[in-house]
Amino acid sequence: MTAFPAEDQIPEELRPLLSERAQTGETIVLNMGPQHPSTHGVLRLILELDGERIINCIPDIGFLHTGIEKNMEAKTYEKALVMTDRTDYLNNLGNNLTYCLAIEKLVELDVPVRGQAIRVIMVELQRIASHLVWLGTHALDLAAQSVFLYCFREREVILDLFELCSGARMMTSYIRPGGVWRDLPPDFEPALRAFMKDLPRRLDQYEAILTKNPLWLDRTVGISPLDADTALAQGLTGPVLRACGVPFDLRRAQPYSGYEQYDFEIPTADNGDVYDRYVVRMQEMRQSLRIIEQAIADLPTGLFRSDNRKFVPPPRSELGHSMEAVIHHFKLWTEGFRAPHGSVYAATESPRGVLGCYLVGDGGPNPYRVHFRTPSFAALQALPVMAKGHLVADLVAIISSLDPVLGDTDR
Amino acid sequence: MGTLEQATELVTRELGDNVLELTTFRGETTISLKAKAITMAAKLLRDDPALNFNFLAMLTAVDYYPQEPRFIVAYRLYSLPNNLYLGLQVPVSGKQPELPSIESVYPSANWHEREVWDMFGINFVGSHDQRRILMPHDWEGHPLRKDYPLGYEEVQFTFNFDEIDKRKPYAKE
Repeated sequence: MTAFPAEDQIPEELRPLLSERAQTGETIVLNMGPQHPSTHGVLRLILELDGERIINCIPDIGFLHTGIEKNMEAKTYEKALVMTDRTDYLNNLGNNLTYCLAIEKLVELDVPVRGQAIRVIMVELQRIASHLVWLGTHALDLAAQSVFLYCFREREVILDLFELCSGARMMTSYIRPGGVWRDLPPDFEPALRAFMKDLPRRLDQYEAILTKNPLWLDRTVGISPLDADTALAQGLTGPVLRACGVPFDLRRAQPYSGYEQYDFEIPTADNGDVYDRYVVRMQEMRQSLRIIEQAIADLPTGLFRSDNRKFVPPPRSELGHSMEAVIHHFKLWTEGFRAPHGSVYAATESPRGVLGCYLVGDGGPNPYRVHFRTPSFAALQALPVMAKGHLVADLVAIISSLDPVLGDTDR
Repeated sequence: MGTLEQATELVTRELGDNVLELTTFRGETTISLKAKAITMAAKLLRDDPALNFNFLAMLTAVDYYPQEPRFIVAYRLYSLPNNLYLGLQVPVSGKQPELPSIESVYPSANWHEREVWDMFGINFVGSHDQRRILMPHDWEGHPLRKDYPLGYEEVQFTFNFDEIDKRKPYAKE
């Protein structure tokens, strides 16, 4: 961390955002990041400090801006899908799903029930994987190093499951418009069941390390408490909002992909502090397991991807004996399908909160405009409100309790 | 309990001529408004006790270059108590792209408005902080406009290195 050496070196555009005491040099203006291990990526914060108290916190984002929204406008609907993997890199399948739901809404494409159930299994596994990375890094930031290693061990098993289905660990592009890329392989179910048997015991172990650990409680209880109205006004959703006692979960409020059939609880807490966010996320992992258990137990048979050939390319096996299939294959992979004029908004509950996709069609084969409303963007916007008045040392806990992913923020 | 009909009725009753159009597409209701009415509409919808649209779900823009009005600024409001989405949209002229900020109603609008300013060059009047957010602060142009090229970098060879270097946009010492 570097302090701006003299007050006259404070950049002009930041001056109105700092207090008057900063202009006279009474308070210190300190730069944190973008290469700081606890900023979870390339987040830069400009802090104004009075001693160790944070008076002002100005997040500076954009270091991971990759122009994904612009790039997607130049690709066909299906080809643009690979870019969604790369926005929130801890929720790749969830991004795929959000984008596919928007396409399916725009072109009115139905997804077979088996496809929907596979999607649910995948995004719930992704939620567990994402929460495990969050738990590991959160604990690491608060100096519990062993938890980090344990969490990554379990996450690796989930990534292996993704690899089994899609061939890729992270950038899977497995969920496609109309369903999923291919059916679950025969090895998947035994591997998933072994993991599901293992995970509750592992979660118990992590909770044994952390939940009642006095050092953990010292660093998390009462830090940055939020009330529900402030959280909503700041655009916070997901576990952070639920930790404030608002049982808002899009899987329940606006069910998509067949979530209405599954029985699960929405964990909430009361104080909205860093500790409550931890409690909520730990319970969410167990609820995700519950959903996966129900989904895999009654996995419907039938198609895993729609057979509407105007939108979904035919399988390779059809190409050998059907002229129509060859035509569809050619049309879909050269030109792509066309979507009507109009705009739709589809949202899912990502591990970090509401992930929305705004998609505008213009009658052509490329999306006219794609916008992702990402939860990390909203979370970092709320950071100044949450950090104000706290100690610099607690800022690290506050940032990681928001679970921001900078790829998600900057897109 | 509020319904979407109540919401559209409230907005059309209170704002009269400022409502341009009501559309429903794929089950999503969108109210098209004149720019000057957007803050009022947001305030009405948030403060109505039955409707209570207390969450700004999305704010972004679309560029319809070379049409006029060139931009559409699109909002999605969500009401937690009623579990309802409502879309608002505002056409914005390309000649003088500006409209009032809704930051006073939804504090979380600020960063979204900054992003729209950064990406489309649409000015939000009344915003407390309107700097670029994703692009570097000295960037020229607004990347998500349709007349902004997707990217193309001229290849420099030894024979034309200096010539291209003069106009190539990158950080020079």
